[in-house]
Amino acid sequence: MMIPACPLADLPRGEAFRLEIDPPVTVFHTEDGELFAIDDTCTHQDASLADGWVEDCWVECPLHASKFNLKTGEVDAPPAKLPVRTHEVVVDNGMVYVKVSTAAPNLPHCVARKLAGSVT
Amino acid sequence: MRTVAVVGASLAGLSAARSLRKQGYDGRLVVIGDEPHRPYDRPPLSKEFLAGTVGEAELVLEMDDEDLGAEWLLGVRATGLDRTDRAVQLADGREVRADGIVIATGAAARTLPGSEGLAGVHVLRTLDDARALREELAGGGRLVVIGGGFVGAEVASTAYALGLDVTVVEAAPTPLAGPLGETMGAIVSGLHADHGVRLLCGVGVKGLSGERRVDAVLLEDGRSVPADIVVVGVGARPCVEWLEGSGVELDNGVKCGADGRTSLAGVVAVGDCANWYDPRAGAHRRVEHWTGARERPDAAIATLLSWGATEPGVPRPPYFWSDQYGVKIQFAGHAAGADSVTIEEGTADERNVLAVYRRAGEPVAALGMNQPRLFTRWRKQLARTTS
Repeated sequence: MMIPACPLADLPRGEAFRLEIDPPVTVFHTEDGELFAIDDTCTHQDASLADGWVEDCWVECPLHASKFNLKTGEVDAPPAKLPVRTHEVVVDNGMVYVKVSTAAPNLPHCVARKLAGSVT
Repeated sequence: MRTVAVVGASLAGLSAARSLRKQGYDGRLVVIGDEPHRPYDRPPLSKEFLAGTVGEAELVLEMDDEDLGAEWLLGVRATGLDRTDRAVQLADGREVRADGIVIATGAAARTLPGSEGLAGVHVLRTLDDARALREELAGGGRLVVIGGGFVGAEVASTAYALGLDVTVVEAAPTPLAGPLGETMGAIVSGLHADHGVRLLCGVGVKGLSGERRVDAVLLEDGRSVPADIVVVGVGARPCVEWLEGSGVELDNGVKCGADGRTSLAGVVAVGDCANWYDPRAGAHRRVEHWTGARERPDAAIATLLSWGATEPGVPRPPYFWSDQYGVKIQFAGHAAGADSVTIEEGTADERNVLAVYRRAGEPVAALGMNQPRLFTRWRKQLARTTS
């Protein structure tokens, strides 16, 4: 599924755009000018990676300092132990689109429980 | 270097073991821990674990497929360091000879003299402490927390959410004045009152009353606060007694250079027991923060493997977080050196502030309450400017 995020002009280098879908996805525009999209929620606890510290192609969770690779989703060290999902980014006619992955997300237990609770 | 002994099996010890392998050390690696548990994460102990929303399996710090090729000696305490034989002596009589030694023995919760053997009185530092406290809180009742620091405040917040009647007693006029300064300490500790948790400040604790089980906390001004459960959260002392006489210089923990080196060649120290020289502060600082235990071992291991040949990088400013009453509190830098603090965003009343501490106009620290995005920006800026 291709979802429009924001005009590229509204997303300067070094900034992130959080797409409010369920679960949320964030598009990162790195200082080098590359675009990446990953699940926004840290796999450890309920923290928004859009608020994190981006350096090269890694984003550090704003709370507990696990870093996720924007290209691959891999995590460098605990407390997070699972990778985040990555998504394809397409820019068309000045608009940033995210092609959301069909893989299962790795949500932290507390968020997964909340989602499960909201379904029943 | 053929054998390295890491003494301490919590986050700092595990991070040191990881750094060794990451930096190419392929010799024998022995990790010694006095607790029987594999390395686990402590921050959730006063929060999600205590509340019952995070279980023990989620506290494990090792990855599922992680193999550091280490020998784990768990449940045994180090009792001495023999500099001549370069050996770590253990409580069960064994010795581990090593070419390189990493001291990561952490800190232990301070207790209240005279409270030993009185049921209902707890400290919170280890997994076993947290298991015992969690079981007790499940019974409900009146909780008195002695100490309004971060651990005390988090326990109070968690217990309040569990439905207990909570009182916090703090000897200083303002809680958290040490780490946050008086102004912001008062704002953050205002969270207690927001939620109907009593905060008694500026009064010391004389003792506890009770026969076999605690029934009240006695204050120095003569008041008595009834209690079914008491948590003593009055700080921690570095676990370095075992190093006395070893030649490792001790001064508020293990005295270290800016790269983790101790006064003995081949011995470095990391984590809560280590009093590192901080070039930003121009002084030694023993930093009891998770991020320090996670990040500094990289520098200490580089030192250990190349004694003297590596330049220590300047570490990022100290950073810690706390979660209280649903508010995310984040702090980076050193408040002690500041001559002003201003709220840049949000308001104290709404408990959503981003405050910046400055010294002679230069930012030296930042505090966020429910401001993670802005806080991250300031944290980055501090890392750039306060060098």
